[in-house]
Amino acid sequence: MSQRIIEVKDLEYSYNGFKAVDGVSFFVREGEIFSFLGPNGAGKSTVINILTTLLPVQKGSVSIAGHDLAKEPQAVRRSIGIVFQDETLDRDLTVKETLELHGRIYSMPGGERRERIEEIIALVELEDKRNVRTRFLSGGMKRRLEIGRGLMTRPQVLFLDEPTIGLDTQTRRRLWEYIQRVNDSGTTIFLTTHYMDEADQVSNWIDILDHGKIIASGEPSALKNALGSDMIYLDTSDNAASQSLLEALKSVRSIKSTPQGLAVTINADGTRCLPLIMNRLQEKGISISSVNLKKPTLDDVFVHYTGRDIRDAGAGKLHRLPLPKGVR
Amino acid sequence: MRERESCTACPCPKECAKMSWEFLTIYWRDMLRFVRFRIALVVSLIQPALWMALYGAAMSSNLSRLSSGLDLPAGAASVSYLTFMGAGVIALTTLFTSLFGGITLLFDKNWGLMRELLASPMPRNHIILGIGLSGVTKSFIQVMVIMGFGLLIGVRFFPGYTPIQTAGAILGVLLFVGVFSLGFLFLSSAISMSMDTPEGLQAVITILTLPLFFASNALYPIDAFPPLVKLLSQFNPLTHLVNGVRYFTVGQDFYAIGIHYVYSGSDIMISFLALTGFAAAMFLVAWRVFQKAVVT
Ligand SMILES: Nc1ncnc2c1ncn2[C@@H]1O[C@H](COP(=O)(O)OP(=O)(O)OP(=O)(O)O)[C@@H](O)[C@H]1O
Ligand SMILES: [Mg+2]
Repeated sequence: MSQRIIEVKDLEYSYNGFKAVDGVSFFVREGEIFSFLGPNGAGKSTVINILTTLLPVQKGSVSIAGHDLAKEPQAVRRSIGIVFQDETLDRDLTVKETLELHGRIYSMPGGERRERIEEIIALVELEDKRNVRTRFLSGGMKRRLEIGRGLMTRPQVLFLDEPTIGLDTQTRRRLWEYIQRVNDSGTTIFLTTHYMDEADQVSNWIDILDHGKIIASGEPSALKNALGSDMIYLDTSDNAASQSLLEALKSVRSIKSTPQGLAVTINADGTRCLPLIMNRLQEKGISISSVNLKKPTLDDVFVHYTGRDIRDAGAGKLHRLPLPKGVR
Repeated sequence: MRERESCTACPCPKECAKMSWEFLTIYWRDMLRFVRFRIALVVSLIQPALWMALYGAAMSSNLSRLSSGLDLPAGAASVSYLTFMGAGVIALTTLFTSLFGGITLLFDKNWGLMRELLASPMPRNHIILGIGLSGVTKSFIQVMVIMGFGLLIGVRFFPGYTPIQTAGAILGVLLFVGVFSLGFLFLSSAISMSMDTPEGLQAVITILTLPLFFASNALYPIDAFPPLVKLLSQFNPLTHLVNGVRYFTVGQDFYAIGIHYVYSGSDIMISFLALTGFAAAMFLVAWRVFQKAVVT
């Protein structure tokens, strides 16, 4: 088992009396991609801001790359790279100057700095914007630049606070490829995102945070499995009757009633249970208006634990999840 | 303590011994912005010149008339009001420019790069130093422009100086301007970092400027002030800057508006030390603010 590169114990943080982080403990293993998921306002950015030394450790302890955060913030700063959630650019510097400034304040030697700047500009495909001020970049280009900048010093741990917000699909895919490559070369990644599919694909480990507390954690596959097996979504002419009828079935673990119909959690293989269920209902004269079979996704895990839909902070609109609100 | 701390983080011991120059990066960036904002640049140069041309011309004709009847002792050097206030304009311009010099930090904090700077391994006092250095550079440019423009409109700086003396005097002026400017830049940085809005900063600066401005000898003599104000003016950095600038630009013994001015070497030394002390104190204030700064 590899070493713990981040270790957080009983971390608490209050903004003028409002407790945003409420006793959080977790660790991140060296070399893994660790995802921190949670609804808006859960406290993810607050935790990242503490880990990146922007906010003080009020209560609890944090160690990163072997350094105690409260005692050796300087050492921690040297070992990490950060992509902030909000735009953190000087609008009057050009792309190249932005990277130049970053390399300099991280004390990169001149030769290495120049080399890395070119490499990063090529990576985030801003070659023809090299001498353009960041004021005149599109939102996605700015984000790419910020991500490139975070990677520039090849830190031991890279913090990415919703890195792919506002990016087009191709760019997102390419960035993940690159982030994966950076990870393969040994950099540990600490990620928050509202894109569950991304988190599912890339993460070695996921912690779900809500109201400042960790409410679930595990490998993505374990989290999905723990949720139960497959789900069947039904809408019928008489949902109440259907529910009591199906609850008697052995292969049905639980049923939740939602405004759109019933969400049935199945113990066994859903593809085999579905005909049985449909037959049973039709026998009783209940007609089925819609049916859908679904293997659990990380979205379901998320909704299951946080009990509500997640808002896509980037697009500002609700994700269409198969499970409606208030399931838990 | 802090030294040891940063050393443990160095991958190799050699790096620890190295002097760090990151503040030059902050300086570079601030100057880049200064040059890029053409309007700010041009205004900062035109404003003191305008002031001198308009206010100076108006006042000097009045005051020359008032003081023309006064008898001066034989051999006394008399200085025109325009020349007298030229030093004051240098001082006031430096004051305003420096007090607003930290505002870029406020913008960075709210809409820009501050998070990136604070999360970087660069020691935070480099931000203060970098802003200080670029502010001083801007003040130097302004002072040179004022002196040049002043000569054009009839300010008699450096009377009867040889070129070498003139060069020495200019250096003296810049030295005073530099130390004074640093003090107020540090103060401005501290205020900017503790404020949330530019409006708040503006208000604080206005409240600070008025007493500094009026309880000083920048534009008029303080001899006739009530004793209390006179005493206060001795603690006003602006007074000390004006003393230094007048000493170097006009001389150590002259008459202006009918008043006899004598600056001894030790007077000037005291003024310089006072400004140095002020700058050091303001650095400590700014340093403290930055150590505690929280930006999210
Ligand atoms: N500077 C602040 N002052 C006061 N309260 C704050 C501040 N920053 C965050 N909060 C509060 O702390 C809580 C956690 O915020 P945080 O930004 O950590 O959430 P998050 O999980 O990152 O959310 P999102 O997904 O929207 O980015 C929220 O209730 C928020 O209102
Ligand atoms: Mg956040």
